[in-house]
Amino acid sequence: MKLTLKIWRQENANAKGKMVTYPIDGVEGDMSFLEMLDVLNEDLINKGEEPVEFDHDCREGICGACSLQINGEPHGPDKLVTTCQLHMRSFKDGDTIVIEPFRAKAFPVVKDLIVDRGAFDRIQQAGGYVSVNTSGNTIDANSIPVNKHDADDSFAAATCIGCGACVAACKNASAMLFTSAKVSQYALLPQGQVEATERVQNMVRQMDLEGFGNCSNTGACEIECPKGISLENIARMNREYMSATSKG
Amino acid sequence: MSVLESKIPEGPLKDKWTKHKNDINLVNPANKRNIDVIVIGTGLAGGSAAATLAELGYNVKTFCYQDSPRRAHSIAAQGGINASKNYQGDGDSDYRLFYDTVKGGDYRSREANVYRLAEVSGNIIDQCVAQGVPFAREYGGLLDNRSFGGVLVSRTFYAKGQTGQQLLLGAYSAMNRQINRGKIQSFNRHEMMDLVLVDGKARGIIARNMVTGEIERHSAHAVVLASGGYGNVFFLSTNAMGSNVMAAWRAHRRGAYFANPCYTQIHPTCIPVSGEHQSKLTLMSESLRNDGRIWVPKKKEDAIAIREGKKKPTELSEEERDYYLERRYPAFGNLVPRDVASRAAKERCDAGFGVNKTGEAVFLDFASAIKRYGKEAAFSSGNKNASEAEIIKLGKEVVEAKYGNLFQMYQKIVDQNPYETPMMIYPAVHYTMGGLWVDYNLQTTIPGCYAAGEANFSDHGANRLGASALMQGLADGYFVLPYTIGDYLSKDIRTGKIPTDSPEFDAAEKDVKDKISKLMNASGKHSVDYYHKKLGKIMWNKCGMARNAQGLQEALDEIKELREDFWANVKVPGAAEGKNAELEKAGRVADFLELGELFAKDALHRNESCGGHFREEYQTEEGEALRDDENFKYVAAWEYKGNPRDAQLHKEELDFKNIELKTRSYK
Amino acid sequence: MGGLIKSSVAKKFAMALSGLFLVLFLAQHFTINFTSVIAPDTFNELSHFMGTNFLVQAVLQPVLIFGVCFHFIMGFVLEIHNRKARAISYVKYNGSANSSWMSRNMIYSGAVILAFLALHFYDFWVPELVHKYVQSHPEDPTRYYEETIAKFESPVRTGLYVISFIFLMLHLLHGFASSFQSVGWNNKYSKGIQGFTKAFAIIIPLGFIFIAVFHYINNL
Repeated sequence: MKLTLKIWRQENANAKGKMVTYPIDGVEGDMSFLEMLDVLNEDLINKGEEPVEFDHDCREGICGACSLQINGEPHGPDKLVTTCQLHMRSFKDGDTIVIEPFRAKAFPVVKDLIVDRGAFDRIQQAGGYVSVNTSGNTIDANSIPVNKHDADDSFAAATCIGCGACVAACKNASAMLFTSAKVSQYALLPQGQVEATERVQNMVRQMDLEGFGNCSNTGACEIECPKGISLENIARMNREYMSATSKG
Repeated sequence: MSVLESKIPEGPLKDKWTKHKNDINLVNPANKRNIDVIVIGTGLAGGSAAATLAELGYNVKTFCYQDSPRRAHSIAAQGGINASKNYQGDGDSDYRLFYDTVKGGDYRSREANVYRLAEVSGNIIDQCVAQGVPFAREYGGLLDNRSFGGVLVSRTFYAKGQTGQQLLLGAYSAMNRQINRGKIQSFNRHEMMDLVLVDGKARGIIARNMVTGEIERHSAHAVVLASGGYGNVFFLSTNAMGSNVMAAWRAHRRGAYFANPCYTQIHPTCIPVSGEHQSKLTLMSESLRNDGRIWVPKKKEDAIAIREGKKKPTELSEEERDYYLERRYPAFGNLVPRDVASRAAKERCDAGFGVNKTGEAVFLDFASAIKRYGKEAAFSSGNKNASEAEIIKLGKEVVEAKYGNLFQMYQKIVDQNPYETPMMIYPAVHYTMGGLWVDYNLQTTIPGCYAAGEANFSDHGANRLGASALMQGLADGYFVLPYTIGDYLSKDIRTGKIPTDSPEFDAAEKDVKDKISKLMNASGKHSVDYYHKKLGKIMWNKCGMARNAQGLQEALDEIKELREDFWANVKVPGAAEGKNAELEKAGRVADFLELGELFAKDALHRNESCGGHFREEYQTEEGEALRDDENFKYVAAWEYKGNPRDAQLHKEELDFKNIELKTRSYK
Repeated sequence: MGGLIKSSVAKKFAMALSGLFLVLFLAQHFTINFTSVIAPDTFNELSHFMGTNFLVQAVLQPVLIFGVCFHFIMGFVLEIHNRKARAISYVKYNGSANSSWMSRNMIYSGAVILAFLALHFYDFWVPELVHKYVQSHPEDPTRYYEETIAKFESPVRTGLYVISFIFLMLHLLHGFASSFQSVGWNNKYSKGIQGFTKAFAIIIPLGFIFIAVFHYINNL
């Protein structure tokens, strides 16, 4: 397969970036998208040029490191996959592929296609936990029964990999899906109830401070989320937030 | 040869840990505020250790090469975590978990450590549930379990196929709580480049800020290495692309002994290699072996026909299939330990029965599970004489509920529907049991330098059982290290802050900078990946699932040659100042090129087969591993002496007082 | 107004509530207008009641005006903030792959509705105020019908009304359903609500179009 790649190149956070076009040949359908970029990079290195930098690590769709806006969609055209699990068989010979970093004011570019998603960490730090000591002096696990449906919903929310596709897809660069997934995970479990009021308020406050946009319910985040995190979580967070606010 | 001091407490096995905790020194809370601890790696071991140490009151600095602590590779663990809770009432106990682990490790682990692991395993589950980790539950609201390879009870707790993710996010959340309190400073996109010793004690690190390229000095009263395993020495493995041995290896170069490097786990159920461009291998959880049956065709003609695409696996009748694990190991069947399952697959493929284009794959078939579950589902929903089609439909639903995400992942990668046609799998490098030698307190041979999780060697012997890595990481981090490190730090309450302007820091920083400039200024013939792939080929072919003296000898020389070529001719584009992925890789591959040689040396010296270490010269007539307890019942801890091949061997004899050494049998 | 409500979630909640309130108003407005097609006398009665009742004039009308203003101003405030949240825009953005045109262009459909409101006020509200408070006329409870249908003599005005109602439809197609999500109402009944909101979003503007065109044709 022969392709034309248009890739955002930017030396560092302060430099001005631009799109650069690279032709690439010999791409096979069995390659993952990142393996295709490996081939490009090997070629660039051999030609004495600087390879394209992109975030990636586990390459099995769970660490959330890989990102990339591919032809205008986070993680490319396939649904429920991360870029590392996107295979080149989803493209055809002669295609032009536009590759950009995830764009948001809260995700500044570090280099080329790498962005800084530290804002997500800070949202979690603001309250994405249950305040129990890790000393081991806890009560027996089975003394806290949890309704299976709640446990399953909580798990579904907790599968968020923090990749930032929701922000990248949203026309407003909103981080509501990410934040609400964590709020929901705890809101659905008895362990999370004690701090529920403070948690949602603190996390939303931090989210707003980071400069993410507002939610206008376009639903793009849910569609593009590689883990299929549901919009129900955002509704739940809104409920939790308003009820927390009314409690003061 | 010196005798390694393992510091195992006296007394009966089951009282050792309690007694030890009662005996060791503590640091009072006010003094903890004056003590700094560095933690390298933020996976299950590092994340949980950092959170607990910070909670106790120490000032903690964490370092990870990822952009967030949440991305450590523990996140990719799928199947589950073991604990001897005996919630299923199937006769489980601390002793049984201990026994299974020691036996599974082919009697090459330290009894006291393993027993402690079993002892705290239940507490891990309590801890995680309290933290809000959403484990799978039964309809009654209580925790569900499943079974894993190498054991006869159901003791594995899980969260679908994402247990590692959920546990890691639990540890990450505990870390976040401490970051929010200001007790942890988290340095992301930072790589530890060297360990700094002052007066023979670990007193800090040199780290590279991967965004700015700055070389930084960080001091502490103790350094915890929880940097994971070294499976990426094989280039292709199930490890993350960035997983590396740098932290452990630099500590080794500074005096920490490296134990049992040749003990590598080759996981039996991975997606086979598809082509030259493959960058990593993907694991299919071992939990699939609960329901999947592994087979190859009985007749070579059929195997060839399938390879050439002339026949479909579904066309073969039951009689034409060889369920070789069930045939060879009737008691454990498809649930034999990983090393046994991997070797059996290799044996069949080497004999010409492989089923994919390259001849290196076997089938993992869910057809009978689908039927069995379908029948159950139809029966319990009142449909006593369901049709075949209805049964299969219901069965697929059950299988989807259990393994849906794994099946989906398989389909994405291989482009085949595993509900319709059997999966193809092949063994791949997955975990490394070897690592930095540690005593009972998890301290390496460098005072003040600790190793936890996969980075140390201690608990899994020569082979790790499924769902035990998560258990060990969290046990070390939450429950062991925070206690034992206090004993050491209690002597440091008057030390005060460690200065970073000492000659030791100067020297270490200079070493690091020199090394970087050497890499940047090599002749520039070949890319880093070129060398990494070559190293991987040598390792896989000569130090892989089956090894022999001749191959290992060759590997020793080839790796040395490759390393010399690397330092002379590697090409690292760009600048050292700023983000440079190639420079990062170069530093890691440089260390793999040294570790690989030590690996081969260790494998060559161990004239026996045990667990993941299989020497072709030492096998029974039936092709099973042949252990030599008389001569090799020890931990091989290697001391760095310049060239890896010159490393000096130190033996820690293993003493089995509570368990009888037997030939491992899963028949 | 954005400054009054600090958090993004609260803003969204307020946006949804004001939107829902306007939807209610729309339903009421439509009901009265529709009587102009079937029963001019009823239309006159209702219009007179709305125009002279103290409660409607002194309480509901200011609330409505506030609701309208709030919804519009907040809409623009949020839009400005949202645009700032992505400082550098994508070279290629394939929004249609994951969201509806309506949901992505609420600001434009909203702006058209705002422009329409200006026209609508100029047509009806301003003359009404002039009639009631500037000039002095004897009370005439039968004047409304004639005045209304007279407006639809102009094909240009009728055309503008029709176009505006189409944008109203687009705005409602996303906005009505979306407000339930915003107030946290997403559960097993949501599918039913979705259906209802979609039907409402199509039928009400179509009804308004029908009324306008009906009077235009009758005027021919």
